[in-house]
This record gives sequence, structure tokens and C-alpha cells, in this order.
Amino acid sequence: MVIAPSSERAVAGRFGPYGGRYVPETLVAALDDLAALYDAARDDAAFWSELESLLAEFVGRPTPLSEAPRLGAETGATVVLKREDLNHTGAHKINNTIGQALLALRMGKRRIIAETGAGQHGVATATVCARFGLECVVYMGAEDVARQKLNVYRMQLLGATVVPVESGTRTLKDATNEALRDWVANVPTTHYIIGSVVGPDPFPRMVRDFQSVIGREARAQLLARYGRLPHTVVACVGGGSNAMGIFAGFLDDPAVRLVGVEAAGEGISTGHHSATLSAGTPGVLHGSMSYLLQDADGQVMPAHSVSAGLDYPGVGPEHSQLRDSGRVRYESATDAEALDAFQAVCRLEGIIPALETAHAFAWVRREAGRWPAGAIVLVCLSGRGDKDVAHVAALLGDPV
Amino acid sequence: MAPAWAELAARDRTALIPYLTAGYPSLDASLAALRAAEEVCDILEVGVPFSDPLADGPTIQRSTFEALRRGMTLAGTLALIERARLTKPVVVFSYLNPILHYGVERFLGEAAALGVAGLLLTDLPAGGDPSVESLVRASPLDLIRLVAPTTRPERMTAALEGAEGFVYLIARLGVTGASAALAEGLEQSIARVRRATRLPVAVGFGISTPGQARAVAAQADGVVVGSALVDVLGTGGVDAAHAFLSSLREALDHRMATA
Repeated sequence: MVIAPSSERAVAGRFGPYGGRYVPETLVAALDDLAALYDAARDDAAFWSELESLLAEFVGRPTPLSEAPRLGAETGATVVLKREDLNHTGAHKINNTIGQALLALRMGKRRIIAETGAGQHGVATATVCARFGLECVVYMGAEDVARQKLNVYRMQLLGATVVPVESGTRTLKDATNEALRDWVANVPTTHYIIGSVVGPDPFPRMVRDFQSVIGREARAQLLARYGRLPHTVVACVGGGSNAMGIFAGFLDDPAVRLVGVEAAGEGISTGHHSATLSAGTPGVLHGSMSYLLQDADGQVMPAHSVSAGLDYPGVGPEHSQLRDSGRVRYESATDAEALDAFQAVCRLEGIIPALETAHAFAWVRREAGRWPAGAIVLVCLSGRGDKDVAHVAALLGDPV
Repeated sequence: MAPAWAELAARDRTALIPYLTAGYPSLDASLAALRAAEEVCDILEVGVPFSDPLADGPTIQRSTFEALRRGMTLAGTLALIERARLTKPVVVFSYLNPILHYGVERFLGEAAALGVAGLLLTDLPAGGDPSVESLVRASPLDLIRLVAPTTRPERMTAALEGAEGFVYLIARLGVTGASAALAEGLEQSIARVRRATRLPVAVGFGISTPGQARAVAAQADGVVVGSALVDVLGTGGVDAAHAFLSSLREALDHRMATA
């Protein structure tokens, strides 16, 4: 089976008014090359079958669907989980890094750079670089390096160089700036594997296509098992790659409700949150036009979330378009709600979810009792929560 | 700013173009630095601090974050330009987002009223946002284009279509910042730009010494100095910045004396 995505290309690299290429002139040629290469690969069955073999043999796809009966009983719906946590490296991120590594090989670029927040994308990038024998440099905010020592060591074991970024807020936003600076300086030899559906064209549509395997598989699995489509599909949204990946399978099913859950942090009214689509305004960051958390002077504001993977003041441009069109509803869940949901899913289902994913569960639980009879709620379980265990223990006052 | 360039050409003078971050190292020192720079320079680039300076190296990043910490804004940058009452052409150097958020037309109207001569947008390549680009072109401000070593011949013409004022040639791959050696192939890069435009060509990124300035001046119409100047200003103050710019000015004038 060839898994080439059927979704449309963005028109001129834009999703309505969003997206585009807001980059220094130095990068324009590389983006032209990447877009041309990707457009060619997109129509090349050999590319997708190579990708599919790797996803099957190295990553472990297809990932299963698991029904979550006790969570279902608690909320009054049939809750079904798409198990991206069962991918190699423990999250959906590797779907994208494998695809982009194949493109880098086609371009003859043997040096890979990436940004990472909590370290999940960094680990997924370091993993594929090891697999293909590529040099790997990962930029990570100095704050995050201190908070996520285990993932830093994991990347180093896999042969990557981890560069702590000391500038700005010393988190994901600044790690992305530093990766872009590296790319500007080394673009003839280097490919930048962006970890989400953000950045200049063609990254948002390319990363979506690589992640759309989630939605395609889930749709087919649901139809085979239940004989019908879900009532609602739910995913957490930081940059938004797991959400775009699962939504992509259902965008053309108008009866299926799509819900993205952002991180409300300490509450949207406190200003300490990452709810870009709920509380932001359009602007330009990291190469594209999209919703953005910014102050009255157009300076990007620091984001906050208990989950490092959602702690980002921007969001993918396609999400901005889907927000404006109303096709996707964007909700939010606070740190406290996410922590509650994290523990509930552990105890009710025997699954430790990533704190990011816990935001999606928090929203499903908040909707308890409001689901129509027989409704199937499909949740993208984007990653496993082992990385979060020490953090959660500290937050709950019981450090390990 | 065509008249300024015509006058420079008539005097066979290489333009010295300093970049200064608005509000760095302080509001008053920034004002004094602009006035001091004007004494020895020909066109002044005033940088608008932005929270995410992804095209800048460590020096400009530091100046940016310090200026923001002290409360500098886009409106503050315009107020600084107004207070400085400069007689040389001023180019506002900015990332797009502060200007988008302020309102492109509002910014252009206010900047034009202050006599600002040009606008350079670091993260808006030619064709990147036609609606913004046409607003700038329709304004009295010149739309200054950047050209990079990676800009291909087939793109060069399109990239320079509608360019105004002068062309800013990025001397090497990478972000802003001083470097020990000038990029190889600069002569060929300048020649490629000249084939595509009749506008004056200024070269920047990595120029930090009188010797480098003189070498670039042998081929270019203007020399931009940013990080090295910001560094001197931050560590030695306005007098040191003035002395540094004077040493560059002398090197450029010396080129003409021996040419």
C-alpha cells in the first residue's frame, strides 16, 4: 500500500492569509529547493513506499487503537485512543523526522539540525540521524536542558550534539531562533528538521503530510472496528503537529467534530499560558504568519505550560486557518486540569500519557455527561509520559 | 535617498553606514551615538529591537534584549529618531512583526512625517508579502532589499525588481556579527548584483576593521558596520564609538587618496 497523502497543497505556500515565507533572503534558495524536492517526492510512489517500510519496520506502525473503557464510563462516551505513544521513541514526532531524513538524503545533505523543547523531537531526530549515519545537532533552551536531563543524555547516547541556548527566554522559542541562525550559516550542507507544523513553507504542509498517517490509519481502523466515524476527534495543540496529523484524516468528513486543546497554563486570564489560538492575534514568528502571543508592541510574549511540548507562543498556520473557518474548535485546559487528567488516565487505563496529551484528556473529562448516546470520541494519544514522571512527582510534592 | 547617493558619487566618496540598535546601551546614549555617528557617516541604520532576532548574532541580540529590557518599542524608536533631528538619511531596520502589529500604513505615515528615508525588513524577502511590499513602495520610504550569497541569478532580477534606495549585499552566509576574514567571492557577488541593478550597492555582515572596510570599499558604494560598532558602543561608550567610526572613515577616504 502506498500511503501518499491526498490532502491539497497550500496555495502559494499559504493557508488563507497564514503561512508564507518570512525568512532572511539567505534561506530563500534552500526553501525553493526543499519545496521542489518535496513536491517531486510527493508524487513519487517509491518515496512513500520507502517511508512506509521504515515506519513499519523501525517505528512499529501501524499503531493500535485502544478503547479506554473506564475513562469511557467516567465520561459517558466510547473513548478510543490512537496510540502514538507506542511508536519507537515514544511519541508521534518520529513520523516526521523519518520523512524529513529521507528528503535530506535525497538532497545529499548529511548534517541535520533541529530544535527541541522537552526533548521528544530532539530524540526522534537524533534517532533517525543515527539510523541513517547523519551528523545531528540539536538546539535546546538552557532552561529545558536543565529540566530534561534524561532526554539530553538520550540524545547524546544517540550520537547527537546538544547545544544549550542561553539567549532570550532560554526555551523552545529561542532554541528555534538558534536553529534558524545555524541554518542561515550552513545552509549548503545542512537540512533543518523542524519538529512541528510551523516555520516557513514548505514545512507546515510537509510536516502535516508526514503526520497525516495518524489520521489515515485511525479512520480506517475505526471504520473496520465500529463501522462508523467518530463523533469527535480530540488532540492537544502546541505547534500542532499531532493534531494536524489526526485531523488530516477527518477534515473531509463534515459530520466529524474536530477539537484542538491548547495549554491554558495558570489560566488564560493570568497571562501565563500557551493558548495561542484562544488568546493570541495574527503575527509573524519563525518564518510564517499565524496566531501569536504578543504584547502591545508586537514583541513575542513568553509562553507558559506545565508541559514543555506545549510551551510555545506560536502555532502552525493551518490551525490558524482552521480556527478562522470554524472547521476546528480550539479549547484549552489548565495546568491543574492536565495534571488531574494525567493521573486519571494512569489509574483508569493503565497508560501514562505525556503531559501534552493530558490536556486533550482534560477536555474530554470536562465534557463528561454531554456526549450523545453511542458517541465515539477519538483521542490522539500523542506520546507516552515516562519523560514527565519526575516533573509530575515534584509538582505533586513527592519528588522521586 | 537618491540625492544623497548622487552627492556621494559626485565626491567619489564611499558611504559609511552604521547600524545602531535603538535604545542601546540606554536611551540617552543611543541618542548621543546617533548624533556622533552622523558626524562621520553618510546614511544611518536604526534597528528596532525585536524579541526574536533570528537573523542576528550574539552582539546585536544582546543589544536588542538590553534595549527591550529598558522599555524600547517601535513607537520609542520613532520618538528617538524625532528627537535626534538627524540631517543624514535614516533607514529603519526591523523585523516585520513590530511593524505589522503597529500597522504598516500607520508606521509608514509617521516615519515619512519624520523624514525617514528607507525601510529594511530583515525577514521579508522579495515577494514574501506583496501587500506589505506595495504599501512600502507607495510610501515616501525607500524599500531596501537584501541580497545574499545564496541568491541565485534567476532570482536576483526578481529580488531587485522594485528595490529602492540601495541594495544591501550580505557579504557572507550567516547571521550578523564581526568576523576575522572577509568572505571569499565578494568581488563576484558584487558584480552579480551590479548586473541586475543600477542602484548603489552597500555591503554588510562581518565588517569590523578599517582594513576590511577599505577592501570592501574598493568594490562597493557603501560599507555597513553593525555588530563591531554596537560592541564598541557597549563597552567603550559614545566616544569610543565615534573614534571607531572615524577610523573607518579615514580608511575609506584613504582608499580614494590612493586610488
